[in-house]
Amino acid sequence: MRPREERERPRDERLSPPPAGHEGSGLSRDAGGASRSARRGGKGRGRGDRSMVPPADFRSYYGRPIVKPPVWHYDIAAYLFTGGLAAGSSLLAAGGDATGRPALRRAGRITALGALTASTYFLINDLGRPERFVNMLRVAKPTSPMSMGTWILSAFGAAAGAAAVAEAAPILPERGVLGLARRLLPPVGTAGQYAAAAVAPALATYTAVLLADTATPSWHAAYPELPYVFAGSALASGAGVGLLAAPCDQAGPARRMAVCGAALELYGAHRVETTKGILSEPYRDGRPGRLLRAGRLLTAAGVAGAVLGRRSRVVSALSGLSLLTASLATRFGIFEGGVASAKDPKYTVVPQRERLAARAAEVAASDAKTTDVPEGSGSGGIGV
Amino acid sequence: MAGPNSFYGPLDPAPDAGYVDAPPRMGFFTDTSVCIGCKACEVACKEWNLVPDDGFNLLGTSYDNTGGLTANSWRHVAFIEQPAAGSGHGTDTPGAFAGMPTGPSASAHTAVVAAGTSQDTGTDPGVPAAPDALAAAATITAPGTQFLGMPGADLPGRTMDAPRSDFRWLMMSNVCKHCTHAGCLDVCPTGALFRTEFGTVVVQEDICNGCGYCIPACPYGVIDQRKDDGRAWKCTLCYDRIGDGLTPACAKACPTESIQYGELDELRSRAAHRLEKLHEQGVAEARLYGHDPNDGVGGDGAFFLLLDEPEVYGLPPDPVVTTRDLPDMWKRAGVAALAMAATIVVSFAGRRR
Ligand code: SF4
Ligand code: SF4
Repeated sequence: MRPREERERPRDERLSPPPAGHEGSGLSRDAGGASRSARRGGKGRGRGDRSMVPPADFRSYYGRPIVKPPVWHYDIAAYLFTGGLAAGSSLLAAGGDATGRPALRRAGRITALGALTASTYFLINDLGRPERFVNMLRVAKPTSPMSMGTWILSAFGAAAGAAAVAEAAPILPERGVLGLARRLLPPVGTAGQYAAAAVAPALATYTAVLLADTATPSWHAAYPELPYVFAGSALASGAGVGLLAAPCDQAGPARRMAVCGAALELYGAHRVETTKGILSEPYRDGRPGRLLRAGRLLTAAGVAGAVLGRRSRVVSALSGLSLLTASLATRFGIFEGGVASAKDPKYTVVPQRERLAARAAEVAASDAKTTDVPEGSGSGGIGV
Repeated sequence: MAGPNSFYGPLDPAPDAGYVDAPPRMGFFTDTSVCIGCKACEVACKEWNLVPDDGFNLLGTSYDNTGGLTANSWRHVAFIEQPAAGSGHGTDTPGAFAGMPTGPSASAHTAVVAAGTSQDTGTDPGVPAAPDALAAAATITAPGTQFLGMPGADLPGRTMDAPRSDFRWLMMSNVCKHCTHAGCLDVCPTGALFRTEFGTVVVQEDICNGCGYCIPACPYGVIDQRKDDGRAWKCTLCYDRIGDGLTPACAKACPTESIQYGELDELRSRAAHRLEKLHEQGVAEARLYGHDPNDGVGGDGAFFLLLDEPEVYGLPPDPVVTTRDLPDMWKRAGVAALAMAATIVVSFAGRRR
């Protein structure tokens, strides 16, 4: 049936790939021309920013996405923030304790426990079967960032929990069982605090691997810099806690932490937003773009306030708040940018096509140079 | 056990997963050139595996009302209508079908409706809508043709001397690829997804806790979550049947042997033979997809013969297993973690003030 019909066509025409703007295949989407102006007609569903993007021509199955967008809800975006906050504030606590700054220690320990509790809630709440959370603990799998993360979070949780509980020691009675606890808690808390600080960098950065280790186009493409964004964001939010909670004479390290963290985060985010070609687009357009821009502004404001408002308690606290909000906005921006990239087949097809074309060009070039190229060197072409 | 190619590259997955004396790797070869779109595979799969309904959609774009693979559709027959005029795919005989409707069976209007809405498939994310309904509609309307209803009611070629229609239908029964390097399996934190002795990839439903990680990890968008029970579901390549030497339900039901089940090595040579034959017959656009052990996922356990670009069928043109880059990702995270530690040291080392 089909074969006969095909035979009637000249061979070269059949072989050639559909030309750009290829009409009538039924399935190509040319973002220019009719569809573009139709979109401006106001019925397009809130994707106005797309008109700034050069038209991408590609084919798809009735415009439907190819990879599935993550089913994770905002729980996971929120966890990215609270996990980073827990890590940042436990580092703040350890530094504060080691250098004799009790306000930083106390604020850091208590925030770490609070953020950790929230994290645990978010993670479990997001499961399709929350009551089966413990199944996470039946394996330890280095190929699964989520498995690694579960173990990192468990270790961190035990340590940070002990550190935070130890803060209650001074309010315990001096005698009896509780008196014993009053004496035992501080050393346990100190040990927990340093253990938590040792795990904290892993807690803050594994989440970047968690997102990047997916087929979600813009997350995966961002894998080289995403850990810097998340590490910087965690440091900045930890610094924010210090600026909010500590008097000016103890907040010095928090200011330096804010500067370094912000630098790391802004560098990473800038790379993610500019160097990934078409896959940077979802981080600039629409809501993710607005969130990331807001995050950048708030980070800058927070750092400026932290540095310039050194003598003012109020300015310091406001910059702390600004840094915390910035971290929250950045996490949601990165999360939503990835989701947006999975929902449009363009971000799956176009980069993969470019990859294939580049490989074919490479093969052609080496073919031209030397004739003895091994068969099937991955041009993605036809044949076995 | 784990070898140099455990993350990427050609591999026999069952021995790599630790099976001693594993049986030969089994798989599917789906030859879309003989598919008639009867959807017997979809039905057989649902019957055998007791897969719930997927919402009885009327998608309005073609005879495909399933839309895609979901937790509740483990086989999906894609149905593509190509108005062929000028595309290099049809006969282009001038006046061949004068007075006959030649456009696609969906109007731009129904395409907008269909792309924007869909019945609940009972799964998450299920069959996501086209991101841009109007752009999707624009893909339906071939310039210069007008929607006149259904294509001709008679079969092409039934009337003597009837010229051929200038559009074509492509049909493909899609399924989980049972990748050599399966992203879903690599990232599963509970071990619910596992590699069978046949080299296939199966979810253990009593272990899965619905974390959802496998869903964005699959480069083909196969695995999906059932809303009412929260767990991830996909094709098992009828693990219960093949263990007993039976053919999977879909392949058994396929009336045209479009779906062929067997030892992967044999299927690959059969496919190569079929491809050669089609090329000989002038079907130059025939191509294999997922057959190559050197591709980004180490070759698929379920591979295809296609008649157009993969993306036309909703398949990624060059899928790569995400864990290929995982060692590098951990390295980057390690560097970032060290940078964090250094920041703390620098921040607190300053003079006390
Ligand atoms: S990655 Fe996708 S296609 Fe491959 S085995 Fe897993 S679900 Fe199937
Ligand atoms: S694969 Fe076979 S059973 Fe399935 S639709 Fe095609 S012809 Fe029918």
